[in-house]
Amino acid sequence: MSWDLETGPLLRVRGLEKRFDLDEGLLESLKFSGGKITRQTRAVHAVNNITFDVNKGDAVCVVGESGCGKSTVARMVAGLISPSNGEIHYGGARIDGLRGKDLLPLRKKIQMIFQNPYASLNPRMTIGQTLAEPLRYHNPGKSKGELQDKAIAVMKSVGIDPAWSARYAHELSGGQRQRIAIARALTVDPEFIVADEPISALDVSIQAQVLNLMLEMQEAHGLTYLFITHDLSVVEHFGTKVIVLYLGSICEVADTRTLFSNPKHPYTKALLSAVPQLKDDRPNHIRLKGEIPTPINLPAGCPFASRCPLADNRCAAEKPMPLQKDDGSIVACHAVEEKRIDALDWV
Amino acid sequence: MSLLSVRDLTVKFASRDGAMAALNGISFDLARGERLGIVGESGAGKSITGFALMNLLSKPGFIDGGEILFEGEDVTQMSPKQVRDMRGNRMAMIFQDPMVTLNPVLTIGQQMVETLRAHRNLSFEEARQIALVKLKEVYIPSPDERLDQYPHELSGGMRQRIIIAMALLLDPKLIIADEPTTALDVTIQADIMELLLEMCQSNQVGLILITHDLGVVSQVTERTMVMYAGRIIETGATRSIINDPQHPYTQGLINALPQQTPPGQRLKQIPGAMPTLSAMPTGCPFHTRCAHVTDECKRTAPEVSQFGDTAVACHEVHRLQRDLPKEVAQ
Amino acid sequence: MSNSTFDTGTPPLATPSRLSLMWNSNIGYSFRRNPVAIISMVVFWLITLAAFFAPVLAPYNPYDPSQIDILNSEYPPVWIDGSLPEFSLGTDDQGRDLLSTILYGTRLSIIIGLCAVALQAFLGISIGLISGYVGGRTDSLLMRLADIQLSFSTLMVAIIFLAITQALFGSEVFSRYAVLFLVGVIGVAEWPQYARTVRATVLAEKKKEYVDAARVMGFGPMRIMVRHILPNSLSPIFVISTVQVANAIISEASLSFLGLGMPPNQPSLGSLISSGFDYIFSGSWWITAIPGLVLVVLVLVINLLGDWMRDVLNPKLYKG
Repeated sequence: MSWDLETGPLLRVRGLEKRFDLDEGLLESLKFSGGKITRQTRAVHAVNNITFDVNKGDAVCVVGESGCGKSTVARMVAGLISPSNGEIHYGGARIDGLRGKDLLPLRKKIQMIFQNPYASLNPRMTIGQTLAEPLRYHNPGKSKGELQDKAIAVMKSVGIDPAWSARYAHELSGGQRQRIAIARALTVDPEFIVADEPISALDVSIQAQVLNLMLEMQEAHGLTYLFITHDLSVVEHFGTKVIVLYLGSICEVADTRTLFSNPKHPYTKALLSAVPQLKDDRPNHIRLKGEIPTPINLPAGCPFASRCPLADNRCAAEKPMPLQKDDGSIVACHAVEEKRIDALDWV
Repeated sequence: MSLLSVRDLTVKFASRDGAMAALNGISFDLARGERLGIVGESGAGKSITGFALMNLLSKPGFIDGGEILFEGEDVTQMSPKQVRDMRGNRMAMIFQDPMVTLNPVLTIGQQMVETLRAHRNLSFEEARQIALVKLKEVYIPSPDERLDQYPHELSGGMRQRIIIAMALLLDPKLIIADEPTTALDVTIQADIMELLLEMCQSNQVGLILITHDLGVVSQVTERTMVMYAGRIIETGATRSIINDPQHPYTQGLINALPQQTPPGQRLKQIPGAMPTLSAMPTGCPFHTRCAHVTDECKRTAPEVSQFGDTAVACHEVHRLQRDLPKEVAQ
Repeated sequence: MSNSTFDTGTPPLATPSRLSLMWNSNIGYSFRRNPVAIISMVVFWLITLAAFFAPVLAPYNPYDPSQIDILNSEYPPVWIDGSLPEFSLGTDDQGRDLLSTILYGTRLSIIIGLCAVALQAFLGISIGLISGYVGGRTDSLLMRLADIQLSFSTLMVAIIFLAITQALFGSEVFSRYAVLFLVGVIGVAEWPQYARTVRATVLAEKKKEYVDAARVMGFGPMRIMVRHILPNSLSPIFVISTVQVANAIISEASLSFLGLGMPPNQPSLGSLISSGFDYIFSGSWWITAIPGLVLVVLVLVINLLGDWMRDVLNPKLYKG
């Protein structure tokens, strides 16, 4: 497989799937039913057949509610877990399934920022050590002075006083820690950053600082982001493209502006209407009835059918395929395909 | 008479370096059936306020002064029995994580009946009937079945509905909700908030909603109180606080929201972070991050003064308000 | 370059000395407020220092045959009639000064205890780290080994092993290498204690994001285990170590008491108690009682320190 790197997407994800086995041991998987002992393994279907592209310079946001598999996607792209199925290509080369030494060059290109700055920094290491370790590891030839200069430059660029090198993470506030975490990712000069809910553990005034920093770093280093979040107001501000996930499946993929001005999937509409707005004094959102199915026993049809006001027999039986629309967005919904959604005024 | 009247409430935390004030003499009132939002970032003292109102502070925290008059009685002076009688009965609390409140080894029905029978002289059957009615009120589908289910069998949103039903069980006068939807998804959060609003309105229950989310406050409450570093810095009608904030911190908080800036542009951030209890600056606690800081701010902490709809604790706002008539005259 | 402002939330950096850092830390603070811990620490260091400076402090050298006179045997301590002033705690059945013998014996007991625990810790920490980090089949295999090891009592394993080696090599060779045998057998018999504790901590630490961050950085498993996970698993290791030192000293004493440990001419606390035991009914109780008291006090203070340390280092108490 080959394509032009200049114009082709930086990251290509094709048919990505991830199952987590619940019954790992042989004994756990034995079930007694109907007078016979059978071997059954249950699995959580965290991510089901996801396909998307990330172009260079984009900030692609993956949104969805808890348990929709967005963090699993992030961890697969960052190479922390391997997919059960599907392919991930980066810069034209397949990267899923790489192990050990083969992964090293990729680690310098793809870095990750984590949700909880209180857990993502090693509590027994000083800030200086945290930043120096990856530098030393990835630049074995360089002198101590050069590495020191680089560490100081990175610290300055994220707004951290280099004099703090001797401090431990617990002496810093959440925002400062997240700056250090960003600085650590930047030490290896990555091209692509996977950010897994990087601001959701932070206070509002600190969230703005960190988001600004991420935007600045994008400009300064030409970064591409895969940004995982549940906060739609952040998506609208930060993202160039949005992927809406529900129960491990794609509902809608669209440019941010298209998605916010003209959401198509019923779930996207409900999600957008539920964001608390400063200016309304009354909640005015689309009420979703019904329960979310468990990812262990996924329904055969559309995963959203149990809560969708437009669901019919076809939705319950057949899983909708993602289809491209005129404005470039991709929607997986029978109601949209059959244009039932426009006929019904259910908002 | 107001339902709740808090006067100069000071809460301290005992530590190695002496007692540190987590609440610095806060005062506010709540009328019957009024809905008040307490907004602030972590460490502002908003949760501590909620716990102090319920007399739920645990060591090393303690109430160091002031009074909490709830229906004319001082909560800080109550005996343990009076406090138990007040909690659940006249004042109820909803926590962020429903699993903290629900006992995992008892069914929903057992817990509701137990609560009812602890406070009211009811037979088992009567208590169960009341529980059923309350579950119906919070729109729980097939409430009969739910009564015999265990908390882990229910979804997060359903659990929080049950918590609300349990809080309303004894027809309290006041509900304190501490981040009731932070652990929930957006679509469910909106449902729960709507339910909470409806329940408070229809039952004439006072609500104190503790949250960091200005959007939530704007939808549910009539009055808002903004806290920073253990002080109330601004309080007033929710609409006027959100549309026309006076205090630089409130302004910063609202301006920092991504909705307030066009996509792609830098957000308006407040520099720095909230001071910790052990490193509280002198004077106004916000002066280290404030753009309008003066020497006066560094020296003395500003008092809360009323200006029109809102009360603000800020030297700069006070000065502007003083100077305003002169400018108008010129 | 960025135009974002520096955070100002934290006061300017001062670099206090390591000692004052330790004194002002949570551990130092709770130590100062806990009289039991202070007394235990003082007693522990008194015994340990006295034992290690035995060659300087002891009036006689029990290893030097020229200083031992069998005619001096079984003199009582000075506060009992019929004592000799030069033997403050009396003498044992071989005419050795009891004070000197106890000092040398305590030294030997502590050395065996520490070395055995070092061996346990090395085995247990390595196995626990690998088991917890690698997981899967390796984990199952190693933990089943630990279960099997734990289902034999330490003393039983030690007795069988020491009895066989004694029979195999003869008592002369055995006496010469008794210290090594004891360290080896106590060390090997108790590694599962460490392995289980370390594995449990590693499993908890492995889920934290800093480990993922290290993996994203491309660090190898060895570096992540040793540089990242191990330093964060030290608290329970410290706690278990104190208990294990006390246990190892008791094991050594028990084995020596049973005649499977240190020979009488290289007295440890256990063999001293054992050798005095034969004379207890002839009235020379002090040969057994005084070393016994030292052993009890030593083990007690170590256990008290261990209790205190467990309270301080309990992550639930200070991290939450």
